[in-house]
Order: sequence, then C-alpha cells, then structure tokens
Amino acid sequence: MAYFLQQLINGLTLGSIYGLIAIGYTMVYGIIGMINFAHGEIYMIGAFISIIAFLVLGLAGVTYVPLALAIVLLITMLFTSIYGWAVERIAYRPLRGSFRLAPLISAIGMSIFLQNYVQLFQGARVKPMPPLVQGGFTVFESGGFTVQLSYLQVFIMLLTVVLMIGFTFVIAATPLGRAQRACEQDMRMAALLGVDVNRVISLTFVMGAALAAVAGLMVTLYYGVIDFFIGFLAGVKAFTAAVLGGIGSLPGAMLGGVLIGLIEAFWSAYFSVEYKDVSVFVVLVLVLVFSPTGLLGRPEVEKV
Amino acid sequence: MTAASGLAVENTAKPPVFWAPLLRDAILAALVAVLLALPLVGLQTYDVGGGALGIRTHFDWVAWAGAAVFAGRFALRVLRQRYDARPMGETKHFAFLAVWAARQAVPLTLVGVAFAVMLPFLPFSSRYLVDLGTTVLIYVMLGWGLNVVVGLAGLLDLGYVAFYAVGAYTFALLARDLGFSFWEALPFSGLVAASFGVILGFPVLRLRGDYLAIVTLGFGEIIRIVLLNWASLTGGPNGISDIPRPSFFGLPFSRSAPEGVTTFHQFFGLEFSPEHRVVFLYFVILAMALVTNAFTLRIRKLPVGRAWEALREDELACRALGINPTTVKLSAFAIGAMFGGLAGCFFATRQGFISPESFTFIESATILAIVVLGGMGSQLGVVLAAILLVTLPEFGRAFAEFRMLIFGAAMVGVMVWRPRGLIAHRAPTLRLGLQPATR
Repeated sequence: MAYFLQQLINGLTLGSIYGLIAIGYTMVYGIIGMINFAHGEIYMIGAFISIIAFLVLGLAGVTYVPLALAIVLLITMLFTSIYGWAVERIAYRPLRGSFRLAPLISAIGMSIFLQNYVQLFQGARVKPMPPLVQGGFTVFESGGFTVQLSYLQVFIMLLTVVLMIGFTFVIAATPLGRAQRACEQDMRMAALLGVDVNRVISLTFVMGAALAAVAGLMVTLYYGVIDFFIGFLAGVKAFTAAVLGGIGSLPGAMLGGVLIGLIEAFWSAYFSVEYKDVSVFVVLVLVLVFSPTGLLGRPEVEKV
Repeated sequence: MTAASGLAVENTAKPPVFWAPLLRDAILAALVAVLLALPLVGLQTYDVGGGALGIRTHFDWVAWAGAAVFAGRFALRVLRQRYDARPMGETKHFAFLAVWAARQAVPLTLVGVAFAVMLPFLPFSSRYLVDLGTTVLIYVMLGWGLNVVVGLAGLLDLGYVAFYAVGAYTFALLARDLGFSFWEALPFSGLVAASFGVILGFPVLRLRGDYLAIVTLGFGEIIRIVLLNWASLTGGPNGISDIPRPSFFGLPFSRSAPEGVTTFHQFFGLEFSPEHRVVFLYFVILAMALVTNAFTLRIRKLPVGRAWEALREDELACRALGINPTTVKLSAFAIGAMFGGLAGCFFATRQGFISPESFTFIESATILAIVVLGGMGSQLGVVLAAILLVTLPEFGRAFAEFRMLIFGAAMVGVMVWRPRGLIAHRAPTLRLGLQPATR
C-alpha cells in the first residue's frame, strides 16, 4: 500500500511534466493539424536554458531559492518561447499548403538540427545540477516504509495546476483564445472574419514552447541531470499522452500526461524498469489502432 | 494601381528594390538570431570537476551569428524581390537539373554503374576508398529500400532501421546457433524482415500518414529496446560478435584454410591479400544495391507499383476506383522492409559484430534524410545524397561534427524551397495525354 502510494506520487509528478509538454503538441495539432516533431527539442532547450540561467544567477549572487526559481522560470519561458516562435517561422510557416508530409519531414529536420546544435555548443556530456529544493513531508508510514512527498514534487504539481488554470482562462476568456478556437474550427473562415491567422498560429507555438520550457525547468530540478538527447524520448511520450487524451483537446492532454506518467511509474515499479519505455510505445500503438480519437477527442471526418 | 500600370511595371527591365523594408526586416531577423544565440551559444556550460558546472562566455560568437543572419536575410530578400519581379516562365529553380537528369537517365546510369564497377581497379583506388564505397552503397541500398515506402507509396516510415536490425540479427543468430553462412542466411534475412513488415504494418496501415510515422517510430524503438534487453538471445548491449564472413562460391577469404578447403587466393593462384575480401564485399553490396534498383524500377511499371503511386497522390480516389489501400500499402511496406533486411544481413557480415547501438533512431533519421534530400522517389538523388552524407565527415573533423547539423538544416531547407527534392522525379510514371510534363 505504502509502495503503491509512493509510486502514485512519483507518477503524478512525472505526469505533470508530460502533460505540460503534451499541451504544446495538442494545441499545434488542433490548429494546423501537424505533429510538431521538434517540440521535444524545445523542451530540451528549455531544460538547458534553465540550467544556464541557474548558473548565471549563482554567479550573480542570487542565493534566495524562491527568488532564483521565479527568475529562472521567467527567463526560461521567455527564451524558449523565442525558439518556439523561430521554429514555426522558419520551418513550418513556408510550408502551409504544401503536400501533407512536408511539415512533418521539416519538423524532423528541425529536430535533428536542434539536437546537434545544442550538442555542438553545450557539449555531449550530461549536465549535472545540484539539488536546489530539498526536504519534504512524510505522508504515511507503514512497516518501515515511508511515503515521501518532497517539496519539489509539491512545487511541480502546484505549478502545473496554476499554469493549467491560467491557460484554460486564456483559451476560454481572452480574445486570443477566442481567435485560437476560431482557427481550430475553420481557419479560412476565421481569416475571412479578420483574424490574423499567422499571428494566432505563432502565438500558439509560443504558448506551447513556454509550457515546454516550464517542463524543462521541472525536469532539471527533479532529475538533476540533463543532456542534449532528452527531448526525443520525452517528446514521444508527451505525444503519446496527447494522443491518449484525444489530440486537439487540452484537458485531454493533461489527462493523458498524467495517465502516461502513472503507467510509466507503475510499470517500472511492478514489471520491469528495462521495458518502461516499451510500455509507453505499446500504449501509443494500441490507442492509435483501436481508438485514434483518444479519451476526450472528437472523431475526425475526412472530407474530400 | 490600375491594370495598365501594373503591366508597365512588369515590363520594365530592372524593377525597383525597396530598401527600407528590407533593412528593417533584416535587422529584426538579426535581433531574433541574437536572442536565440544568447543563452545557448553565448553562455557555454562546461565541467569544472566534482560534478559542478562552470560558464564560459562567447558573446563574440553571438555577434557573429547576428551579423551572419543579417547579411543572409538581407541578401535573400533582395534576391527574392528581383526574382519575383521577373516574368513568369523563367522561374525554374533547379528544374533544369531534373529535366536534364531525366533525359539523360540511361547514359547517366551506365556511366555511374561503370564507375562503381571499375572503382576498385582504378589507379588512385585504395583499400580505404573501397571501404568508403561499401559504406556509401549500404546507405544507397537502404535509401532505395526506404524510397519504395516513402517515395513511391508515400508512407512516412520513421522506424526503417528496425527492419535493418531484424535482417542483421536474423543472420547473426542463424550463424551463431545454426551455423548458417552469409549466402544461406541472406534470403532468410529478407524474408524475416518482410514478415516483420507485414506483422507491424497490418494493424497500423489504416492510420493517417503522420500517425503512421509516429507509430513506426515507436516500433523501431520497441525493437531496439527488446534487442537491448533480451540478453539471453541477443547478447544485450554486448551484441553478437564473430559473425562469419561471406565466401566466394564456397571459397573463403582467409590466409590459411582448414584441411580440405581451398581458399580464394589458392584457387585462383594469387598472392594472399586482405584486400580481396574488402573488394569482394564491395562487389556484393554493389550487386545487391543494383538488384534493389532494378527491382524498384521494374515494379513501378507493374500494376502494384502504379497503385503505390496512385495511392500516394490521392487515397480517396484510389478507394473509389476499387484499389484496396491496405494490401497495396502492405506490399510496399513489406518490400521496403525486405530490402532493409537484406542490407542488414550484409551489414552484419561486413562488420562481423552487431549491437543495438547501430540501430538507433538517428540511423532511421539519417536514411530518411538521404531519401528526402535526394528527392522522394528519385533513385539518382538517393545515390548523390548517400555519397554526400558518408563522405562529408571524411573531409575533416569540422565536417564530421557539423554533418548532422547540416543534414537537419538541409532537410528543412529542401522542404521549404523544393519540397520535391533537389533532383525531383516525382512526376507520375504514367500520364495521360501526349506531352510529358517537364517539371
């Protein structure tokens, strides 16, 4: 029971991170119907920028942890958003109206480029990060096994919830959110009615990148090591989460992220650590084959 | 502006260039570049020992990046303004290259094949060059195999390396456990890989193109992870070593043979040289690649090949015409997988050692990059892209480091500027009407 509870906590933490990345996939897919394969790399870049920002702040003498966290969060979101914007502008925007696989191939090229770019300028070795937030609560104790809920896990889950609330508000109640929903329903009609479609799409990428940046910061703090290759696996898992939740659906992405986090945590806990990535891929294949609309998605109708 | 004045502008020899917006645009681009480069290029993390990181600053590089983007963007915009103002009809991009390549297909192919056959005997040839040629040809064969799936059938397969791995491991296991030789195992490698293609393809080929891509990526990773962890069968991360080398009609390439076996150099009365095997391997893969090419070119003209291309262009229309998309796609998938498996078998015998490390996603991405850069569906383009990819690192360390960076950027660039590839040959094989289009 205690072990189960501990895995539940770990899974929820992991799921929060996946969920934040998955939102970027699902929003982009919802609006322009492409898989932004480079989104995992955006998350990786977020992790790198956060570690660099921590180092710079350390050199500048900021030692108060909450202040440092807040500053790093803002810096990481800002710079990673620029990457998200630039990727869309360079690799995807010129391809609107090209044949269907073109944006996906371009995205794969972008992904290879960004990985090698970071490897080239930051080195291929893993980057360690000393633990910044330590300690935690003891939730439950039984038979010599204590269930720990660390402050960091609380921070990750709380921040995710806050971001989700803010995000839902943006989508539901601001002009930008309205424009996004309009573009999602019918891009041409939205353009005819005066919505600047290019701007809306750009901002969608920026929002997705900002959330991925937060996920990158979280993973830097949570695991304490990052390298240039983390984006690939995290990207595939987050995409799986988006598909599982129903691609195009925002609550679906979060739900899918949490479910994938739980599946991974329990799979490694009760079956085998070696095959934990396989579990996620199997979920991806099963969902796509048997229920491509996912849990909360709308069925897609192919029109001539 | 009235229609008349619009025409007048078109007819002037040199259209005016509007400098101010160009400058503003270039400055903005440079600004973005500086912001992008600032955290990741300008601030470099490095190990200071003891698990800690230090920071080095390279703000000069950031400035260079900004300057380069400014100049590049400015030049690009000026060129584009000139270019857009030209009368229609002159806008051919690289099309002349494609047209030329298509017209000269037969002589080009003959020259290319003749050069490939002669390569080991040319005066400047060396063991190193032949080895390099062998690597190029492996990628050419993989590229041609994937071309069936991506270029002809229009199915994006991101897990192609899985079939390569299946072929390699099939041979390695058959050789280790049942004592098969390369030639005995070769058909099995192809068959097993093709059946994997059918088994994996069957449930997923109904999916939309981009979903299919991700699922194949998942399969590729699953196979790699299974190979990595099923240590009792595959040796796990240690891989399988001592894979037998191929023989020339039963004549082994070794200095001394066991009793009753004649070696290659004894049979032909030659001095023993380790180069014989290198050259022989080169010819084996050359023959395999040429068979792949001939097969592909022939099958394009058969009903199933026509169905692949039709399906690529318009799936709904194909369904309406009574083509069963699943079987047609499955055949493309299986044939592509078979070539991947055959290439894998050769890879295993050439290296003598295989491990899951040779079959990562990067390898799939590399093969895909070759196909995409060559122009999906173009057989000649694959050769050029494979030569470029394999020989680039040989020009120096800098090229080796920048290789995948360049290839990633080139994939984006090709999609943006010439989505049909540098040497496009994606025109349908068969076309109604008299005049074959020249695009």
